[in-house]
Amino acid sequence: MAGQLKEVRNRIKSVQSTQQITKAMKMVSAAKLRRAQDAIIQMRPYAKKLQEMLSNIVSNTEVESGNSLAVERPVEKLLLIVITSDRGLAGAYNANVIKLAKQLIREKYPTLQSKGGVTIWSIGKKGYEHFAKNNFTVSDTYKDIFLNLTFDQVQKASQAAVKAYLNKEFDKVEIVYSEFKNAATQRFVSEQFLPIPKVASSGNIAKSTKADFIFDPNKEELIAELMPKILNTQLYKAVLDANASEHGARMTAMDKASENANELLRSLKISYNRARQAAITTELTEIVSGAAALQG
Amino acid sequence: MTLEILTPDRKLFSGEVFGVQMPGISGSFEVLDRHAPLVSALKAGRLKVLRDKQNHTASYDIQGGFVEVLNNKVTVLVEGAIIIE
Repeated sequence: MAGQLKEVRNRIKSVQSTQQITKAMKMVSAAKLRRAQDAIIQMRPYAKKLQEMLSNIVSNTEVESGNSLAVERPVEKLLLIVITSDRGLAGAYNANVIKLAKQLIREKYPTLQSKGGVTIWSIGKKGYEHFAKNNFTVSDTYKDIFLNLTFDQVQKASQAAVKAYLNKEFDKVEIVYSEFKNAATQRFVSEQFLPIPKVASSGNIAKSTKADFIFDPNKEELIAELMPKILNTQLYKAVLDANASEHGARMTAMDKASENANELLRSLKISYNRARQAAITTELTEIVSGAAALQG
Repeated sequence: MTLEILTPDRKLFSGEVFGVQMPGISGSFEVLDRHAPLVSALKAGRLKVLRDKQNHTASYDIQGGFVEVLNNKVTVLVEGAIIIE
């Protein structure tokens, strides 16, 4: 009986210490989430203005620009940029991103994978490890971006992707990541990065200002200059979103874990008390019956 | 006129100024009050914010970007900038 008591006590102790860890991790994630959200908010005016500028230029030109970044080619070589996190314990976050990437390959490009036409650039260690283990062609050049998340780092990746696209190393580039909605929900999405999808310009033109702009250099060159910048921003946004999602996912996962630990503790405490009472009762009966035997 | 300098990381500058000097892709130029609407690409170089005719308040070493002038509002978009004392 006493042995069982001790066992329960030990389990209670271990659950408590685990709970302490999950609670601390939740707090840390909450703080990191705040910072990640701030970064997204800081980036917004820049991204918005860049888009505005582009639509201003496009609406002031009549000609459809034959930009080399917008040319559709038959897809024989595909590049997937998959953004996962560096660390686990974030619920199903990484698993979901990887699942979506695989589903994308299976459904949209079923024949490419067997021909070796799919390359994956993984941002984040978890995704890299998974794809490397499962015989995908995966490059680790950009997997450590989250160690030092700056625009410069992301820009390098985006520029490399643009260059590889222009050199016809890839015919299409897609990003798979998790869009940040709020701390509890992530939306796992895939986005076409290159060629640049045709903008539904009709909606934008109404909003943009028809002013008599001076363009320096000419519009075509400006558009050609703007496009790579917009791509940099797009990838940066994806990385920031993924970062915020990761912390959000971890926060919810750790919150859930702390809750579960509480429940476990409650039931453990009940069985502990029950065992304790049983032990006392037995002892009492032994003493009483012992005394009765002596008297008799 | 109002000037805004934006980078992907944060808003670098926002406020009323007298003028601003920028390294345009085809040569350095200055934008003063009531400049005509303009969109221009910038190359890497130094951007100077002018508070009045002589003094400049701040200089930035920029990595290239874009500037838009519209309705007496100047918006400079740069991918990287370092402030110079």
